[in-house]
Amino acid sequence: MTQPTIEEPLGGAPQTDLTLPPALPPQLSPRAIARARRRQAAGRAWSEYRRNSIGMVGLAILVLFVAMAVFAPVLVPASKLDVTKATGTPFSPPSAEFPLGTDESGRSVLALTIWGSRVSLLVGFLASVISVVIGSVVGIAAGHFGRWTDSVLMRVTDWFLVIPFLPLAIVLATVLGPSLANIAFVIGITSWPGTARIVRAQALAVTSRPYIERARALGAGDWHLITRHVLPNVVPLIFANTVLIVAVAILSETTLAFLGLGDPLRVSWGSMLDSAFTQGAASIGAWWYLVPPGVAILLVVLAFTMIGQALESVLNPRLRGR
Amino acid sequence: MRSPLPRVSRRGKVTLVVVGITLVLLLFLNQIVGLWTDWLWFGEIGYTNVFGGLLKTKIWLFVLFGVGVGAFIGGNLYLGFRLRPMLRANSAEQHALERYRMLLSPRIGLWIGIRGAWKRNSVFDRISLGASLALYAMPEFWLGIMLLIAFGVGVGSFPGLFPTGGLSSPNTQLASLGGFWDVARHLFLPCLTLTLAYIAEYALVMRSSLLDELGEDYLTTARAKGLREALVLRRHAVPNALLPTTTLIFLNLGFVVSGAITIETVFSWPGLGLLSYEALRTPDYPLLQGVFLLFSAAVIIANLIADLLYAYLDPRVRTG
Repeated sequence: MTQPTIEEPLGGAPQTDLTLPPALPPQLSPRAIARARRRQAAGRAWSEYRRNSIGMVGLAILVLFVAMAVFAPVLVPASKLDVTKATGTPFSPPSAEFPLGTDESGRSVLALTIWGSRVSLLVGFLASVISVVIGSVVGIAAGHFGRWTDSVLMRVTDWFLVIPFLPLAIVLATVLGPSLANIAFVIGITSWPGTARIVRAQALAVTSRPYIERARALGAGDWHLITRHVLPNVVPLIFANTVLIVAVAILSETTLAFLGLGDPLRVSWGSMLDSAFTQGAASIGAWWYLVPPGVAILLVVLAFTMIGQALESVLNPRLRGR
Repeated sequence: MRSPLPRVSRRGKVTLVVVGITLVLLLFLNQIVGLWTDWLWFGEIGYTNVFGGLLKTKIWLFVLFGVGVGAFIGGNLYLGFRLRPMLRANSAEQHALERYRMLLSPRIGLWIGIRGAWKRNSVFDRISLGASLALYAMPEFWLGIMLLIAFGVGVGSFPGLFPTGGLSSPNTQLASLGGFWDVARHLFLPCLTLTLAYIAEYALVMRSSLLDELGEDYLTTARAKGLREALVLRRHAVPNALLPTTTLIFLNLGFVVSGAITIETVFSWPGLGLLSYEALRTPDYPLLQGVFLLFSAAVIIANLIADLLYAYLDPRVRTG
């Protein structure tokens, strides 16, 4: 009910000036006009976003971590993760050689944390892509077609919404077996109903507008209506929602990995916490093994939340300026 | 921030159907894994173990639950007294709302959220928002481990103040006063962890739903007819903003059972959570299935209550 009534992606500002920049040549295809208008709107949204300091801090943290994940093989050679080639004494506190200490088999915790970012971020992104695609398709279909499509899809959504997340995820992960793709799939398949509900509400609002009826009277089919009119109106919402879902997905991956359901062949922040805890790092006071992955999760999830919040205030004009 | 848990299905009927389907699914999963017919599991560590385990742990589940709720109410009494005049409402429905909220009392979170939203961008709002976001962003079991290291194990020359895990110290007479004190000491850290994690969530959801209400026309009307700001807040804005939070509180009531899996593991609290963790590690599938059936039932029943209550609280849902 608080969604902005806008017609271009990534722009919530009430459009006062609909004329195109004078520099554009007079004869343009409708698509080029639409594209130019959308580029303009995206530019406006970005300049609005840039003024949001919380959002910019979040973006900076995120860029830092993504860079760390991408350049992990350059920063730390993969051989440092090999248990058989570990050089340090097990559970030794931070020193010059190992800035964040060592784990139970003498590997550097810093190296593990850097490599762990790859799996955690990858699972987070993959899971949210799955979740957002399912959620958007279901939401748009339910909102646009209405009637029995709506009621069937919404009952399915309700079912996924009320079923407790963690037990379902654990059961699925146990049945499917522990692997990176399975974990992402499990998180994606259990976290889409929220998106579906939000998208449906917006699609419903768009579909009931008069210009949709006009387009239909002019002979537009459902595919045209959805891709040209409904989708552009829903995309900003989906975008803001995706960012928040990534945060939830990363936390879910951590929890599942902590319960021993993560990919046993790869290091993630969750699996680090798992092995630290099961090897008794907490009771011998080996804080250097437990703090880095936790702080990394905290920062990344915080970054995504900050970005999501900033995006919402950019896209939701009612929150602006208060 | 938008709550990741939007409003759940409004009709109790749907929920009942959900109960049925869930049971079927859980039974089917057992078929898929192929253990239903596996008499080895059945005979050795199968269903007798499930019920034995449940019987053994059920009492402590209730103890944990009761003491948790008690800690909430007791700890929040002071803030509750400050909040009550702010939230006291006139109509019968709102009185019912108040009574029901007193029952659960996640008051600190709501109070923080309301105060933050009403004085947006004040110092209080900035600090509480930052703290809630940080608490919300960390895995709750990690928070538990950190508290365990800081207050259980001790850091450096700073000794541990609380026991590191378990239900009670060895050789403690549980029925005596000393035994009660001992269990209370063991409960402190897990309760603190869960409380902190949930306060953050309530504060965030309450803040965002109140912010959603703040731009509404009916608040302008209320001000135009000369109501004081405090009245505008407590009679008009807060009752409406409480509705989404209601759902969340009840959902969480169900999730407390399953969300406690990791916390119980960290503090080796011998409840259902630890039982399911051990079942997961063994792995003992029938035991796992029994525990999750129970968890699903808890969450779904909490949902059903929330649905019914929602219809009672919000006239629009009742007629719609």
